[in-house]
Amino acid sequence: MKTSVIVFPGSNCDRDVAVALKKMQFKNQMVWHKETSLPKTDLIVIPGGFSYGDYLRSGAVAGKSKIIDEVIKAAKNGCLVLGICNGFQILTETGLLKGTLLRNKNLKFINRDVNIKVINNETKFTSKYKLNEILKINIAHNEGNYFTDKDHLRELKNEGLIAFKYCDKKGITNEQSNPNGSLENIAGIFNSKKNILGMMPHPERMIDNHISNTDGVNLFSSLLN
Amino acid sequence: MTLKKDVLDPQGKVVQNTLANLGMSLKNIRQGKYFEIELEETDHGKAEKIIKQMCEKLLVNLIIEDYRINKL
Repeated sequence: MKTSVIVFPGSNCDRDVAVALKKMQFKNQMVWHKETSLPKTDLIVIPGGFSYGDYLRSGAVAGKSKIIDEVIKAAKNGCLVLGICNGFQILTETGLLKGTLLRNKNLKFINRDVNIKVINNETKFTSKYKLNEILKINIAHNEGNYFTDKDHLRELKNEGLIAFKYCDKKGITNEQSNPNGSLENIAGIFNSKKNILGMMPHPERMIDNHISNTDGVNLFSSLLN
Repeated sequence: MTLKKDVLDPQGKVVQNTLANLGMSLKNIRQGKYFEIELEETDHGKAEKIIKQMCEKLLVNLIIEDYRINKL
């Protein structure tokens, strides 16, 4: 399976994702944001980081870059797209995913491992997970507070478009287990066709027991199927 | 540009509390962003149209932000 990782000035998880993809046997290529075409690819990954120093709004400038037109075209033709952290923010800025990511409710940059729960495991991104499986995944962001309008929230719930929710060790989702103030503890969402996933937690950091855990592995192995 | 009324503005809240702590009474405060834009265009109507486009294409996130255009 062929993958492309899009790299912007200020991306800093691009290499981590590339390492994870390589470990999981994907054939990956890095794509600089000034490119005007994408290599043949089955999965596009928009990595985490601080593209353009988060100027204007996180993801706003990257969301208007040259390569993004190609990403939008590919996504509309059904190519799989995964946006992690800043990648999620960029996807909302392009309109490929609805809603937006506001400043964390406590106004602090949060970098810690949190629990998230698999809300929909019947997708290309999550099929190797069990429903309601509790994962421990690292988050590292300043703007992770997901917000959307009421109609879209209803659509997210009714159509199974919520991928992950923040929870505690027992899987309880409430204000205490919500690190950043996200609407309904949402940590990741799909578009309506479920070929695009945006998530704030970093699965690429959870692929090796020597440095963390392996709770992110099944996201990549789901995609390999 | 300010955050829409129903969007939580935590920075504004902190500023509001701090002003209150300083003994200054206020009802509400919203923190926003401000751009000074110079154009070649001299026709007011056309200029406003251009600025509006800039706002909606890039400067403003219409999901969460409102904007106002003022001539200086």
